[in-house]
Amino acid sequence: MRDVAVIGIGCTKFGEHWNRSFRDIFVEAGALALEDAQLSGEKIDAMYVGNMSAGRFVEQEHIGALIADYAGMATRHIPSTRVEAACASGGLAFRQAVIAVASGMEDIVVAAGVEKMTDVEPGASTDALTGAADREWEGFVGATFPGLYAMIAQDYMHKYHMTREQLAQVAVKNHYNGARNPIAQFPQEITIDTVLKSAMVAEPLRLFDCSPITDGAAAVIVAPLDRAREFTDTPIKVLATAQASDTIALHDRRDISTMDATVAAGQRAFKMAKLTHKDINMVEVHDCFSIAEICAIEDLGFCKKGTAGKFTADGETALGGSIPVNTSGGLKSCGHPVGATGIKQVYEIVQQLRGTAGKRQVDNAKIGMTQNVGGTGATVAVHILGRV
Amino acid sequence: MTVARFWRKIPQRYNLIGTKCETCGRHFFPPRTFCPDCRREGKIVDHKFSGKGTIVTYTVIQTAPDQFASHGPYVLAIIKLDEGPQMTTQIICDPKEAKIGMKVKSVFRRIATDGESGIIHYGTKFVPVE
Repeated sequence: MRDVAVIGIGCTKFGEHWNRSFRDIFVEAGALALEDAQLSGEKIDAMYVGNMSAGRFVEQEHIGALIADYAGMATRHIPSTRVEAACASGGLAFRQAVIAVASGMEDIVVAAGVEKMTDVEPGASTDALTGAADREWEGFVGATFPGLYAMIAQDYMHKYHMTREQLAQVAVKNHYNGARNPIAQFPQEITIDTVLKSAMVAEPLRLFDCSPITDGAAAVIVAPLDRAREFTDTPIKVLATAQASDTIALHDRRDISTMDATVAAGQRAFKMAKLTHKDINMVEVHDCFSIAEICAIEDLGFCKKGTAGKFTADGETALGGSIPVNTSGGLKSCGHPVGATGIKQVYEIVQQLRGTAGKRQVDNAKIGMTQNVGGTGATVAVHILGRV
Repeated sequence: MTVARFWRKIPQRYNLIGTKCETCGRHFFPPRTFCPDCRREGKIVDHKFSGKGTIVTYTVIQTAPDQFASHGPYVLAIIKLDEGPQMTTQIICDPKEAKIGMKVKSVFRRIATDGESGIIHYGTKFVPVE
């Protein structure tokens, strides 16, 4: 297997892009990544695009071809593949691009993610997202995504006695980080009171425990490490790529408040990189709901099961803490265009490792990690990236 | 959900007909046609569940999907059936009453309606055991 490096990154602002289409935002992200790598489009050998549900959100399928076409690649006939694993689509697209280069099959590959969620009414987007769970045996009886994660939170709080304030601190911390990120959808700082006084969505989760509906696209370009310096002075090496699956329905899990797929993907990634959690300087985790970040940092091994609430309240996961989590603002503050999120996580970690993360820069960042979840944990992708 | 898609699962949804692997004795609800433990050695047969179970975790849905909007806040739970498997269901009770560990039993109820002229989906919900 060849070593693989990220040589270029690009991302649109996350938010509600009423005046721009699915293809507009994708082209912007791709162009930014190419410009960042100082690469012309003719050099690209293949593309992988993470997208959850363009069919439901913009009534468009066949996304691989559409995107290659509007990225100006139609006459070059490059292979372009859509990758779908609900909210983990982006993480899997990145993994496919890394595998393509590592195998020697391709050299310069684009991994992208895109979702345009605001072209349908909120009810329709919520319904589309429910397809990430078990439609026949969860969605059918009235389960919503906030509802499923609320049941994780209820189980967790019952077992480990985390307080509601500790859980709220996840959102407070992520909004603090997001307020320092120019692409964030909601770059406003909030307080614990903001969370606790927001509308109840599904007990115990309130509006400010939930990530928003977002339009956005992100793209990164990967290449063989030994060619990376042709394109950039700061190549970022992919130290590990891992993926795991679990039961589609939450009710079939071994333990409701442990994501075994996160545990498995995390262990595989650490093994591949020959590292432990102590070597990681910052991590982007999938905080689609505040409780998801609590489970993620435990399941990846950054703190013991049942202690993440206190760990968060003590500031360990904040900028300047022992393991900064979601310096981008996470899905909560930065936004969650589902198919793009996994790529945006890589985009953030690459900026941290290059030392270009501005006011949210982690000091002396050498190794970073991403964890991207599909559904309630039926798919998890974990990546570790490092400075060369 | 189209008529055919709903109709083909009527025994399961109305009467809690799941499956059981005769090789290892494991029960499945929602039903599975392939035993993850015995794999090709498994022998799957239908099994009617007793409808008794215990709440493992629950929530109160305040922001409901469109087809459930008329229900008002409702209790959604994962319950463990006495035979072993866990399922997601609504619990018919005062939201303040719901508790982890509460014993429940199945009842036949309307689940949702596909718009004003669409089919009515019936199925199983659970109520607290007195």
